[in-house]
Amino acid sequence: MTDHFALQRQRRAINGWLLLAPSLVMLSVFALYPSVATVITSLWSRGTRRSPSEFIGLENYRYMFDDPGFWLVVKNNLFYAGVTIPISIGLALAMALWANSKLPARGFVRTAYFTPTVLPMIAAANLWLFFYTPSFGILNQIGAFFGADPVNWLGQPSTALWAICVVTIWKEAGFFMIFYLAALQTIPPDLKEAADIEGASRWTYTRRIVLPLLMPTTLFILVNALINSVKLIDHLFILTKGGPSDSSKLILYYIWEHAFAYFDRPTAAAMTAMVLAVLGVLAALQFIVFDKRAHYR
Amino acid sequence: MSRKIEAAMAIALAILWISPLLFAFWAAFHNVSDAVNFRLAAPLTLDNFRTAWDGAPWLRYFLNTFLLVTLILIGQFTLCTLAGFAFAQVDFKGRDTVFVLVLLQLFILPEVLIVENYRVAASLGLIDTLMGIGAPYMASAFGIFLMRQTFKSVPKDLDEAARIEGCTTLGVLWRVYVPAARPTYLAYALVSISTHWNNFLWPLIVTNSDTTRPLTVGLSLFGAPENGVDISIISAATIMMIAPLLIGFLIFQRQFVQAFLTAGVK
Repeated sequence: MTDHFALQRQRRAINGWLLLAPSLVMLSVFALYPSVATVITSLWSRGTRRSPSEFIGLENYRYMFDDPGFWLVVKNNLFYAGVTIPISIGLALAMALWANSKLPARGFVRTAYFTPTVLPMIAAANLWLFFYTPSFGILNQIGAFFGADPVNWLGQPSTALWAICVVTIWKEAGFFMIFYLAALQTIPPDLKEAADIEGASRWTYTRRIVLPLLMPTTLFILVNALINSVKLIDHLFILTKGGPSDSSKLILYYIWEHAFAYFDRPTAAAMTAMVLAVLGVLAALQFIVFDKRAHYR
Repeated sequence: MSRKIEAAMAIALAILWISPLLFAFWAAFHNVSDAVNFRLAAPLTLDNFRTAWDGAPWLRYFLNTFLLVTLILIGQFTLCTLAGFAFAQVDFKGRDTVFVLVLLQLFILPEVLIVENYRVAASLGLIDTLMGIGAPYMASAFGIFLMRQTFKSVPKDLDEAARIEGCTTLGVLWRVYVPAARPTYLAYALVSISTHWNNFLWPLIVTNSDTTRPLTVGLSLFGAPENGVDISIISAATIMMIAPLLIGFLIFQRQFVQAFLTAGVK
Protein backbone atom coordinates (compact mmCIF):
# COMPACT_ATOMS: atom_id res chain seq x y z
CA MET A 1 0.00 0.00 0.00
CA THR A 2 2.79 2.45 0.94
CA ASP A 3 4.45 1.50 -2.31
CA HIS A 4 1.35 2.52 -4.15
CA PHE A 5 1.30 5.93 -2.45
CA ALA A 6 4.99 6.50 -3.07
CA LEU A 7 4.47 5.66 -6.72
CA GLN A 8 1.53 8.00 -6.95
CA ARG A 9 3.49 10.81 -5.34
CA GLN A 10 6.31 10.27 -7.78
CA ARG A 11 3.90 10.36 -10.68
CA ARG A 12 2.43 13.61 -9.41
CA ALA A 13 5.88 15.17 -9.12
CA ILE A 14 6.72 14.19 -12.69
CA ASN A 15 3.40 15.55 -13.89
CA GLY A 16 3.95 18.79 -11.99
CA TRP A 17 7.41 19.43 -13.38
CA LEU A 18 6.31 18.53 -16.90
CA LEU A 19 3.48 21.02 -16.70
CA LEU A 20 5.84 23.70 -15.42
CA ALA A 21 8.63 22.93 -17.86
CA PRO A 22 7.61 25.17 -20.78
CA SER A 23 7.09 28.20 -18.55
CA LEU A 24 10.27 27.58 -16.59
CA VAL A 25 12.28 27.31 -19.79
CA MET A 26 10.88 30.60 -21.09
CA LEU A 27 11.35 32.34 -17.76
CA SER A 28 14.92 31.09 -17.50
CA VAL A 29 15.79 32.25 -21.00
CA PHE A 30 14.08 35.65 -20.85
CA ALA A 31 14.18 36.64 -17.17
CA LEU A 32 16.58 34.60 -15.09
CA TYR A 33 19.48 34.27 -17.51
CA PRO A 34 19.33 37.93 -18.64
CA SER A 35 19.32 39.08 -15.01
CA VAL A 36 22.43 37.08 -14.23
CA ALA A 37 24.03 38.09 -17.52
CA THR A 38 23.36 41.74 -16.68
CA VAL A 39 25.45 41.48 -13.53
CA ILE A 40 28.22 39.62 -15.35
CA THR A 41 28.32 42.06 -18.26
CA SER A 42 28.52 44.95 -15.81
CA LEU A 43 31.80 43.56 -14.45
CA TRP A 44 33.57 43.45 -17.82
CA SER A 45 35.02 46.24 -19.90
CA ARG A 46 33.59 47.36 -23.19
CA GLY A 47 35.34 45.31 -25.83
CA THR A 48 36.43 46.86 -29.09
CA ARG A 49 37.81 45.22 -32.17
CA ARG A 50 41.39 45.85 -31.02
CA SER A 51 41.10 45.25 -27.31
CA PRO A 52 38.81 42.43 -26.26
CA SER A 53 36.69 42.99 -23.16
CA GLU A 54 38.28 42.00 -19.88
CA PHE A 55 37.26 41.60 -16.28
CA ILE A 56 37.46 44.93 -14.48
CA GLY A 57 35.46 44.36 -11.31
CA LEU A 58 33.39 47.32 -10.22
CA GLU A 59 35.06 49.77 -12.60
CA ASN A 60 31.85 50.27 -14.61
CA TYR A 61 29.97 51.11 -11.46
CA ARG A 62 32.61 53.68 -10.55
CA TYR A 63 32.35 55.17 -14.01
CA MET A 64 28.58 55.26 -13.61
CA PHE A 65 28.70 56.96 -10.22
CA ASP A 66 31.19 59.52 -11.55
CA ASP A 67 28.93 60.32 -14.48
CA PRO A 68 26.88 63.47 -13.73
CA GLY A 69 24.47 62.35 -16.44
CA PHE A 70 23.59 59.30 -14.38
CA TRP A 71 22.80 61.36 -11.30
CA LEU A 72 20.74 63.73 -13.39
CA VAL A 73 18.54 60.93 -14.73
CA VAL A 74 18.23 59.46 -11.23
CA LYS A 75 17.11 62.86 -9.97
CA ASN A 76 14.71 63.20 -12.91
CA ASN A 77 13.28 59.77 -12.29
CA LEU A 78 12.74 60.49 -8.60
CA PHE A 79 10.99 63.70 -9.56
CA TYR A 80 8.93 61.80 -12.14
CA ALA A 81 7.88 59.25 -9.51
CA GLY A 82 7.32 61.92 -6.87
CA VAL A 83 5.00 63.92 -9.11
CA THR A 84 3.12 61.26 -11.04
CA ILE A 85 2.44 58.77 -8.25
CA PRO A 86 0.67 60.93 -5.66
CA ILE A 87 -1.23 62.95 -8.26
CA SER A 88 -2.44 59.99 -10.26
CA ILE A 89 -3.43 58.06 -7.13
CA GLY A 90 -5.26 61.09 -5.75
CA LEU A 91 -7.06 61.65 -9.03
CA ALA A 92 -7.84 57.94 -9.33
CA LEU A 93 -9.47 58.01 -5.91
CA ALA A 94 -11.57 61.07 -6.77
CA MET A 95 -12.56 59.51 -10.10
CA ALA A 96 -13.56 56.25 -8.44
CA LEU A 97 -15.65 58.00 -5.78
CA TRP A 98 -17.38 60.03 -8.47
CA ALA A 99 -17.84 57.15 -10.86
CA ASN A 100 -19.30 55.10 -8.04
CA SER A 101 -21.74 57.71 -6.72
CA LYS A 102 -25.11 58.63 -8.15
CA LEU A 103 -23.98 61.56 -10.22
CA PRO A 104 -25.67 62.42 -13.51
CA ALA A 105 -23.91 61.17 -16.66
CA ARG A 106 -22.06 58.55 -14.69
CA GLY A 107 -21.54 56.27 -17.69
CA PHE A 108 -19.97 59.05 -19.73
CA VAL A 109 -17.77 60.10 -16.83
CA ARG A 110 -16.52 56.57 -16.28
CA THR A 111 -15.78 56.00 -19.96
CA ALA A 112 -13.98 59.33 -20.24
CA TYR A 113 -11.74 58.57 -17.28
CA PHE A 114 -10.87 55.10 -18.48
CA THR A 115 -10.35 55.76 -22.20
CA PRO A 116 -6.69 56.91 -22.02
CA THR A 117 -5.82 53.55 -20.49
CA VAL A 118 -6.56 51.66 -23.69
CA LEU A 119 -4.47 53.99 -25.85
CA PRO A 120 -0.82 53.27 -26.63
CA MET A 121 1.62 55.61 -24.93
CA ILE A 122 2.93 56.53 -28.38
CA ALA A 123 -0.52 57.63 -29.50
CA ALA A 124 -1.04 59.51 -26.24
CA ALA A 125 2.19 61.39 -26.85
CA ASN A 126 1.03 62.31 -30.35
CA LEU A 127 -2.26 63.61 -28.98
CA TRP A 128 -0.48 65.75 -26.41
CA LEU A 129 1.97 67.08 -28.98
CA PHE A 130 -0.95 69.11 -30.17
CA PHE A 131 -1.24 70.74 -26.76
CA TYR A 132 2.41 71.47 -26.29
CA THR A 133 3.65 72.68 -29.70
CA PRO A 134 5.16 76.15 -29.24
CA SER A 135 3.67 78.30 -31.99
CA PHE A 136 0.12 77.02 -32.13
CA GLY A 137 -0.27 74.53 -29.29
CA ILE A 138 -3.58 74.60 -27.49
CA LEU A 139 -2.06 75.47 -24.13
CA ASN A 140 -0.45 78.57 -25.59
CA GLN A 141 -3.62 79.60 -27.39
CA ILE A 142 -5.49 79.40 -24.10
CA GLY A 143 -2.62 81.31 -22.46
CA ALA A 144 -2.68 83.97 -25.18
CA PHE A 145 -6.39 84.42 -24.59
CA PHE A 146 -5.55 85.42 -21.03
CA GLY A 147 -2.61 87.52 -22.20
CA ALA A 148 0.18 85.12 -21.25
CA ASP A 149 3.34 84.81 -23.31
CA PRO A 150 3.76 81.63 -25.34
CA VAL A 151 5.79 78.95 -23.62
CA ASN A 152 7.83 76.30 -25.36
CA TRP A 153 6.67 73.58 -23.00
CA LEU A 154 8.81 70.78 -24.39
CA GLY A 155 11.75 72.96 -25.38
CA GLN A 156 12.90 74.38 -22.06
CA PRO A 157 14.43 72.46 -19.17
CA SER A 158 12.13 73.95 -16.54
CA THR A 159 8.92 72.63 -18.08
CA ALA A 160 9.86 69.59 -20.20
CA LEU A 161 9.74 67.04 -17.40
CA TRP A 162 6.46 68.46 -16.13
CA ALA A 163 5.00 68.05 -19.60
CA ILE A 164 6.12 64.41 -19.56
CA CYS A 165 4.57 63.90 -16.12
CA VAL A 166 1.22 65.27 -17.24
CA VAL A 167 0.94 62.71 -20.04
CA THR A 168 1.79 59.89 -17.61
CA ILE A 169 -0.79 61.05 -15.10
CA TRP A 170 -3.38 61.32 -17.84
CA LYS A 171 -2.62 57.76 -18.88
CA GLU A 172 -2.40 56.22 -15.40
CA ALA A 173 -5.17 57.78 -13.32
CA GLY A 174 -8.04 56.04 -15.12
CA PHE A 175 -6.26 52.71 -14.83
CA PHE A 176 -5.83 53.04 -11.08
CA MET A 177 -9.44 54.19 -10.78
CA ILE A 178 -10.52 50.72 -11.82
CA PHE A 179 -8.87 49.14 -8.79
CA TYR A 180 -10.49 51.66 -6.45
CA LEU A 181 -13.84 51.06 -8.12
CA ALA A 182 -13.48 47.34 -7.52
CA ALA A 183 -12.64 47.92 -3.86
CA LEU A 184 -15.50 50.39 -3.39
CA GLN A 185 -17.98 47.83 -4.62
CA THR A 186 -16.92 45.38 -1.93
CA ILE A 187 -17.74 47.79 0.91
CA PRO A 188 -20.95 46.48 2.52
CA PRO A 189 -23.87 48.92 2.20
CA ASP A 190 -24.84 48.55 5.88
CA LEU A 191 -21.81 50.64 6.79
CA LYS A 192 -23.31 53.51 4.84
CA GLU A 193 -26.69 52.95 6.51
CA ALA A 194 -25.13 52.82 9.95
CA ALA A 195 -23.27 56.05 9.25
CA ASP A 196 -26.50 57.67 8.07
CA ILE A 197 -28.34 56.62 11.22
CA GLU A 198 -25.55 58.05 13.34
CA GLY A 199 -25.96 61.26 11.38
CA ALA A 200 -22.46 61.23 9.96
CA SER A 201 -21.93 63.53 7.01
CA ARG A 202 -20.90 62.13 3.67
CA TRP A 203 -17.45 63.63 4.09
CA THR A 204 -17.02 61.98 7.51
CA TYR A 205 -18.21 58.67 6.10
CA THR A 206 -15.71 58.91 3.26
CA ARG A 207 -12.83 59.92 5.47
CA ARG A 208 -13.40 57.64 8.45
CA ILE A 209 -14.82 54.54 6.80
CA VAL A 210 -14.15 54.43 3.06
CA LEU A 211 -10.55 55.62 2.99
CA PRO A 212 -9.29 53.22 5.69
CA LEU A 213 -11.01 50.34 3.91
CA LEU A 214 -9.24 51.32 0.71
CA MET A 215 -5.78 51.16 2.26
CA PRO A 216 -4.82 47.69 0.91
CA THR A 217 -5.89 48.80 -2.57
CA THR A 218 -3.81 51.94 -2.24
CA LEU A 219 -0.82 49.83 -1.34
CA PHE A 220 -1.35 47.59 -4.35
CA ILE A 221 -1.69 50.61 -6.62
CA LEU A 222 1.38 52.21 -5.09
CA VAL A 223 3.54 49.22 -5.98
CA ASN A 224 2.18 49.27 -9.53
CA ALA A 225 2.76 52.99 -9.78
CA LEU A 226 6.35 52.62 -8.60
CA ILE A 227 7.01 49.98 -11.24
CA ASN A 228 5.37 52.19 -13.85
CA SER A 229 7.61 55.11 -12.94
CA VAL A 230 10.51 53.00 -14.19
CA LYS A 231 8.68 51.47 -17.12
CA LEU A 232 6.60 54.23 -18.70
CA ILE A 233 9.03 56.06 -20.97
CA ASP A 234 7.56 55.53 -24.45
CA HIS A 235 6.32 59.11 -24.70
CA LEU A 236 9.87 60.42 -24.29
CA PHE A 237 10.64 59.07 -27.75
CA ILE A 238 7.95 61.28 -29.27
CA LEU A 239 7.87 64.35 -27.07
CA THR A 240 11.38 65.25 -25.93
CA LYS A 241 13.87 62.44 -26.55
CA GLY A 242 15.10 63.24 -23.07
CA GLY A 243 15.95 66.83 -23.89
CA PRO A 244 16.49 69.70 -23.73
CA SER A 245 19.94 69.13 -22.23
CA ASP A 246 18.80 65.88 -20.59
CA SER A 247 16.27 67.70 -18.41
CA SER A 248 13.53 65.13 -19.09
CA LYS A 249 15.64 62.00 -19.46
CA LEU A 250 14.63 59.00 -17.34
CA ILE A 251 16.70 55.99 -16.31
CA LEU A 252 15.29 53.43 -18.71
CA TYR A 253 15.69 55.84 -21.62
CA TYR A 254 19.28 56.46 -20.55
CA ILE A 255 19.89 52.72 -20.46
CA TRP A 256 18.38 52.35 -23.92
CA GLU A 257 20.57 55.17 -25.19
CA HIS A 258 23.74 53.64 -23.79
CA ALA A 259 22.99 50.18 -25.12
CA PHE A 260 21.51 50.96 -28.52
CA ALA A 261 22.74 54.43 -29.48
CA TYR A 262 26.25 54.55 -27.94
CA PHE A 263 26.74 50.76 -27.96
CA ASP A 264 28.17 50.93 -24.45
CA ARG A 265 26.71 47.70 -23.14
CA PRO A 266 28.70 47.40 -19.88
CA THR A 267 27.58 50.82 -18.61
CA ALA A 268 24.00 50.04 -19.60
CA ALA A 269 24.32 46.72 -17.76
CA ALA A 270 25.63 48.42 -14.62
CA MET A 271 22.65 50.78 -14.64
CA THR A 272 20.27 47.90 -15.31
CA ALA A 273 21.73 46.08 -12.32
CA MET A 274 21.00 49.11 -10.15
CA VAL A 275 17.40 49.23 -11.36
CA LEU A 276 17.03 45.49 -10.75
CA ALA A 277 18.34 45.95 -7.21
CA VAL A 278 15.79 48.68 -6.51
CA LEU A 279 12.97 46.58 -7.97
CA GLY A 280 14.19 43.61 -5.92
CA VAL A 281 13.93 45.61 -2.70
CA LEU A 282 10.47 46.70 -3.76
CA ALA A 283 9.48 43.08 -4.41
CA ALA A 284 10.78 41.98 -1.02
CA LEU A 285 8.88 44.76 0.71
CA GLN A 286 5.70 43.84 -1.06
CA PHE A 287 6.00 40.17 -0.22
CA ILE A 288 6.53 41.00 3.45
CA VAL A 289 3.59 43.40 3.62
CA PHE A 290 1.26 41.23 1.57
CA ASP A 291 2.25 38.03 3.29
CA LYS A 292 1.01 39.53 6.54
CA ARG A 293 -2.35 39.96 4.89
CA ALA A 294 -2.25 36.39 3.61
CA HIS A 295 -3.18 37.71 0.22
CA TYR A 296 -2.05 34.69 -1.75
CA ARG A 297 -3.84 32.09 0.39
CA MET B 1 -25.68 72.09 -3.23
CA SER B 2 -22.28 70.49 -2.68
CA ARG B 3 -23.57 67.54 -4.68
CA LYS B 4 -24.11 69.80 -7.66
CA ILE B 5 -20.61 71.23 -7.37
CA GLU B 6 -19.20 67.75 -7.18
CA ALA B 7 -21.16 66.65 -10.23
CA ALA B 8 -19.88 69.68 -12.11
CA MET B 9 -16.32 68.88 -11.11
CA ALA B 10 -16.66 65.24 -12.10
CA ILE B 11 -18.01 66.16 -15.51
CA ALA B 12 -15.43 68.91 -16.00
CA LEU B 13 -12.66 66.44 -15.27
CA ALA B 14 -14.23 63.95 -17.67
CA ILE B 15 -14.31 66.55 -20.44
CA LEU B 16 -10.73 67.55 -19.69
CA TRP B 17 -9.75 63.88 -19.80
CA ILE B 18 -11.07 63.18 -23.27
CA SER B 19 -10.23 66.58 -24.73
CA PRO B 20 -6.85 65.49 -26.17
CA LEU B 21 -8.67 62.76 -28.04
CA LEU B 22 -11.42 65.10 -29.21
CA PHE B 23 -8.93 67.73 -30.42
CA ALA B 24 -6.96 65.14 -32.35
CA PHE B 25 -10.16 63.82 -33.86
CA TRP B 26 -11.19 67.31 -34.89
CA ALA B 27 -7.75 68.16 -36.24
CA ALA B 28 -7.61 64.97 -38.27
CA PHE B 29 -10.60 66.09 -40.31
CA HIS B 30 -9.40 69.63 -40.99
CA ASN B 31 -6.46 71.02 -42.91
CA VAL B 32 -3.62 72.11 -40.72
CA SER B 33 -4.09 75.88 -40.82
CA ASP B 34 -7.79 75.55 -39.96
CA ALA B 35 -6.95 73.12 -37.20
CA VAL B 36 -4.32 75.21 -35.45
CA ASN B 37 -6.38 78.40 -35.70
CA PHE B 38 -9.54 76.72 -34.45
CA ARG B 39 -11.75 77.80 -37.30
CA LEU B 40 -14.79 75.97 -36.08
CA ALA B 41 -16.69 76.50 -39.29
CA ALA B 42 -13.88 75.25 -41.51
CA PRO B 43 -14.77 72.55 -44.03
CA LEU B 44 -14.14 68.91 -43.23
CA THR B 45 -11.55 67.05 -45.25
CA LEU B 46 -10.25 63.54 -45.61
CA ASP B 47 -6.96 64.66 -47.13
CA ASN B 48 -5.03 64.07 -43.92
CA PHE B 49 -6.09 60.46 -43.88
CA ARG B 50 -5.16 60.05 -47.52
CA THR B 51 -1.71 61.57 -46.98
CA ALA B 52 -1.13 59.59 -43.81
CA TRP B 53 -2.26 56.35 -45.39
CA ASP B 54 0.09 56.80 -48.35
CA GLY B 55 2.99 57.76 -46.08
CA ALA B 56 3.64 54.36 -44.51
CA PRO B 57 2.79 50.68 -45.03
CA TRP B 58 -0.02 50.78 -42.48
CA LEU B 59 -1.71 47.64 -43.72
CA ARG B 60 1.49 45.75 -43.08
CA TYR B 61 1.82 47.31 -39.61
CA PHE B 62 -1.76 46.38 -38.79
CA LEU B 63 -1.15 42.84 -39.94
CA ASN B 64 2.07 42.64 -37.88
CA THR B 65 0.38 43.92 -34.74
CA PHE B 66 -2.53 41.56 -35.26
CA LEU B 67 -0.25 38.55 -35.75
CA LEU B 68 1.94 39.60 -32.84
CA VAL B 69 -0.95 39.97 -30.43
CA THR B 70 -2.37 36.61 -31.53
CA LEU B 71 0.97 34.88 -31.20
CA ILE B 72 1.54 36.23 -27.69
CA LEU B 73 -1.98 35.32 -26.63
CA ILE B 74 -1.64 31.73 -27.82
CA GLY B 75 1.72 31.43 -26.10
CA GLN B 76 0.46 32.93 -22.86
CA PHE B 77 -2.68 30.81 -22.79
CA THR B 78 -0.75 27.61 -23.32
CA LEU B 79 2.12 28.28 -20.93
CA CYS B 80 0.12 29.94 -18.17
CA THR B 81 -2.63 27.31 -18.26
CA LEU B 82 -0.14 24.48 -17.81
CA ALA B 83 1.89 26.24 -15.14
CA GLY B 84 -1.12 27.68 -13.32
CA PHE B 85 -2.66 24.21 -13.19
CA ALA B 86 0.53 22.71 -11.80
CA PHE B 87 0.74 25.37 -9.11
CA ALA B 88 -2.93 25.11 -8.19
CA GLN B 89 -3.82 21.44 -8.32
CA VAL B 90 -0.76 19.23 -8.56
CA ASP B 91 0.92 18.56 -5.24
CA PHE B 92 4.68 18.05 -5.34
CA LYS B 93 7.83 18.97 -3.49
CA GLY B 94 9.44 22.29 -4.26
CA ARG B 95 6.29 23.70 -5.80
CA ASP B 96 5.88 26.67 -3.49
CA THR B 97 9.54 27.70 -3.74
CA VAL B 98 9.33 27.74 -7.52
CA PHE B 99 6.10 29.72 -7.30
CA VAL B 100 7.78 32.50 -5.33
CA LEU B 101 10.61 32.55 -7.87
CA VAL B 102 8.08 32.89 -10.66
CA LEU B 103 6.35 35.76 -8.87
CA LEU B 104 9.66 37.63 -8.82
CA GLN B 105 9.19 38.16 -12.53
CA LEU B 106 6.38 40.55 -11.68
CA PHE B 107 9.19 42.90 -10.74
CA ILE B 108 11.92 41.91 -13.19
CA LEU B 109 10.15 43.44 -16.13
CA PRO B 110 11.08 42.50 -19.68
CA GLU B 111 11.35 46.26 -20.27
CA VAL B 112 14.21 46.60 -17.81
CA LEU B 113 16.14 43.68 -19.27
CA ILE B 114 16.25 45.08 -22.80
CA VAL B 115 20.04 45.01 -23.00
CA GLU B 116 20.57 41.34 -22.26
CA ASN B 117 17.27 40.19 -23.75
CA TYR B 118 18.45 41.66 -27.01
CA ARG B 119 21.54 39.48 -26.85
CA VAL B 120 19.46 36.42 -26.03
CA ALA B 121 17.11 37.16 -28.92
CA ALA B 122 20.11 37.68 -31.21
CA SER B 123 21.75 34.42 -30.26
CA LEU B 124 18.47 32.58 -30.89
CA GLY B 125 18.18 34.25 -34.29
CA LEU B 126 15.00 36.05 -33.27
CA ILE B 127 15.98 39.62 -34.19
CA ASP B 128 13.45 41.20 -36.51
CA THR B 129 10.93 38.39 -36.11
CA LEU B 130 7.50 38.41 -34.50
CA MET B 131 8.61 35.56 -32.28
CA GLY B 132 11.45 37.76 -31.06
CA ILE B 133 9.01 40.50 -30.01
CA GLY B 134 6.64 38.07 -28.36
CA ALA B 135 8.83 35.47 -26.68
CA PRO B 136 9.86 37.42 -23.54
CA TYR B 137 6.21 37.99 -22.67
CA MET B 138 4.84 34.48 -23.09
CA ALA B 139 5.65 32.96 -19.70
CA SER B 140 4.05 35.81 -17.83
CA ALA B 141 4.18 35.60 -14.03
CA PHE B 142 1.01 37.64 -13.96
CA GLY B 143 -0.79 35.14 -16.19
CA ILE B 144 0.47 32.15 -14.23
CA PHE B 145 -0.68 33.76 -11.00
CA LEU B 146 -4.06 34.61 -12.48
CA MET B 147 -4.66 31.08 -13.77
CA ARG B 148 -3.50 29.55 -10.49
CA GLN B 149 -5.99 31.63 -8.51
CA THR B 150 -8.78 30.70 -10.90
CA PHE B 151 -8.01 26.96 -10.94
CA LYS B 152 -7.83 26.94 -7.15
CA SER B 153 -11.47 27.94 -6.93
CA VAL B 154 -12.68 25.06 -9.14
CA PRO B 155 -14.51 22.52 -6.94
CA LYS B 156 -12.43 19.42 -6.31
CA ASP B 157 -15.42 17.07 -6.85
CA LEU B 158 -15.53 17.87 -10.55
CA ASP B 159 -11.87 16.96 -10.77
CA GLU B 160 -12.36 13.67 -8.94
CA ALA B 161 -15.45 12.76 -10.91
CA ALA B 162 -13.56 13.24 -14.15
CA ARG B 163 -10.69 11.09 -12.92
CA ILE B 164 -13.06 8.29 -11.94
CA GLU B 165 -14.45 8.46 -15.46
CA GLY B 166 -10.91 7.73 -16.59
CA CYS B 167 -9.57 11.15 -17.57
CA THR B 168 -5.81 11.69 -17.61
CA THR B 169 -4.30 14.72 -15.90
CA LEU B 170 -4.26 16.66 -19.16
CA GLY B 171 -7.78 15.42 -19.87
CA VAL B 172 -9.01 16.80 -16.57
CA LEU B 173 -7.31 20.11 -17.25
CA TRP B 174 -8.86 20.35 -20.71
CA ARG B 175 -12.36 19.07 -19.85
CA VAL B 176 -12.88 20.49 -16.36
CA TYR B 177 -10.57 23.36 -15.52
CA VAL B 178 -10.30 25.18 -18.84
CA PRO B 179 -14.06 25.42 -19.37
CA ALA B 180 -14.55 26.55 -15.78
CA ALA B 181 -12.01 29.34 -16.25
CA ARG B 182 -13.64 30.84 -19.33
CA PRO B 183 -14.34 34.28 -17.78
CA THR B 184 -10.73 34.54 -16.63
CA TYR B 185 -9.50 33.70 -20.11
CA LEU B 186 -11.66 36.43 -21.56
CA ALA B 187 -10.38 38.93 -19.01
CA TYR B 188 -6.80 37.90 -19.54
CA ALA B 189 -7.19 38.09 -23.31
CA LEU B 190 -8.50 41.65 -23.17
CA VAL B 191 -5.73 42.80 -20.85
CA SER B 192 -3.07 41.03 -22.90
CA ILE B 193 -4.34 42.33 -26.24
CA SER B 194 -4.51 45.93 -25.10
CA THR B 195 -1.08 45.68 -23.46
CA HIS B 196 0.69 44.25 -26.47
CA TRP B 197 -1.20 46.26 -29.07
CA ASN B 198 0.28 49.25 -27.23
CA ASN B 199 3.76 47.99 -26.44
CA PHE B 200 6.58 50.03 -27.91
CA LEU B 201 10.09 49.89 -26.45
CA TRP B 202 10.94 46.22 -26.93
CA PRO B 203 9.41 46.02 -30.44
CA LEU B 204 11.38 49.15 -31.33
CA ILE B 205 14.61 47.46 -30.29
CA VAL B 206 14.00 44.06 -31.84
CA THR B 207 12.59 45.08 -35.21
CA ASN B 208 14.48 46.74 -38.00
CA SER B 209 12.30 46.35 -41.06
CA ASP B 210 8.77 47.09 -42.13
CA THR B 211 7.98 43.41 -42.48
CA THR B 212 7.89 42.96 -38.69
CA ARG B 213 7.31 46.43 -37.24
CA PRO B 214 4.10 46.75 -35.25
CA LEU B 215 1.82 49.80 -35.41
CA THR B 216 3.32 51.64 -32.43
CA VAL B 217 6.82 51.56 -33.90
CA GLY B 218 5.48 52.47 -37.33
CA LEU B 219 3.58 55.41 -35.91
CA SER B 220 6.62 56.72 -34.05
CA LEU B 221 8.71 56.59 -37.23
CA PHE B 222 5.97 58.17 -39.29
CA GLY B 223 5.55 61.08 -36.87
CA ALA B 224 9.27 61.74 -36.49
CA PRO B 225 10.17 65.40 -37.16
CA GLU B 226 12.56 64.38 -39.96
CA ASN B 227 9.53 63.14 -41.81
CA GLY B 228 8.13 66.65 -42.01
CA VAL B 229 4.47 65.74 -41.58
CA ASP B 230 2.20 68.33 -40.01
CA ILE B 231 0.15 67.96 -36.89
CA SER B 232 -3.12 67.28 -38.71
CA ILE B 233 -1.57 64.37 -40.57
CA ILE B 234 -0.05 62.99 -37.37
CA SER B 235 -3.47 63.26 -35.78
CA ALA B 236 -5.03 61.39 -38.67
CA ALA B 237 -2.44 58.63 -38.45
CA THR B 238 -2.89 58.39 -34.69
CA ILE B 239 -6.66 58.21 -34.94
CA MET B 240 -6.36 55.55 -37.63
CA MET B 241 -4.07 53.51 -35.48
CA ILE B 242 -6.10 53.62 -32.29
CA ALA B 243 -9.47 53.27 -34.01
CA PRO B 244 -9.78 49.46 -33.86
CA LEU B 245 -8.92 49.24 -30.19
CA LEU B 246 -10.96 52.30 -29.29
CA ILE B 247 -14.07 51.11 -31.14
CA GLY B 248 -13.65 47.70 -29.57
CA PHE B 249 -13.36 49.33 -26.19
CA LEU B 250 -16.45 51.47 -26.63
CA ILE B 251 -18.53 48.48 -27.75
CA PHE B 252 -17.26 46.03 -25.13
CA GLN B 253 -16.71 48.64 -22.46
CA ARG B 254 -18.38 46.68 -19.70
CA GLN B 255 -16.28 43.58 -20.42
CA PHE B 256 -13.15 45.68 -20.72
CA VAL B 257 -13.58 47.30 -17.33
CA GLN B 258 -14.61 43.98 -15.86
CA ALA B 259 -11.51 42.39 -17.38
CA PHE B 260 -9.17 44.89 -15.81
CA LEU B 261 -11.02 44.43 -12.53
CA THR B 262 -10.70 40.66 -12.56
CA ALA B 263 -7.08 40.89 -13.54
CA GLY B 264 -6.29 43.47 -10.91
CA VAL B 265 -8.17 42.01 -7.98
CA LYS B 266 -6.78 38.54 -8.31
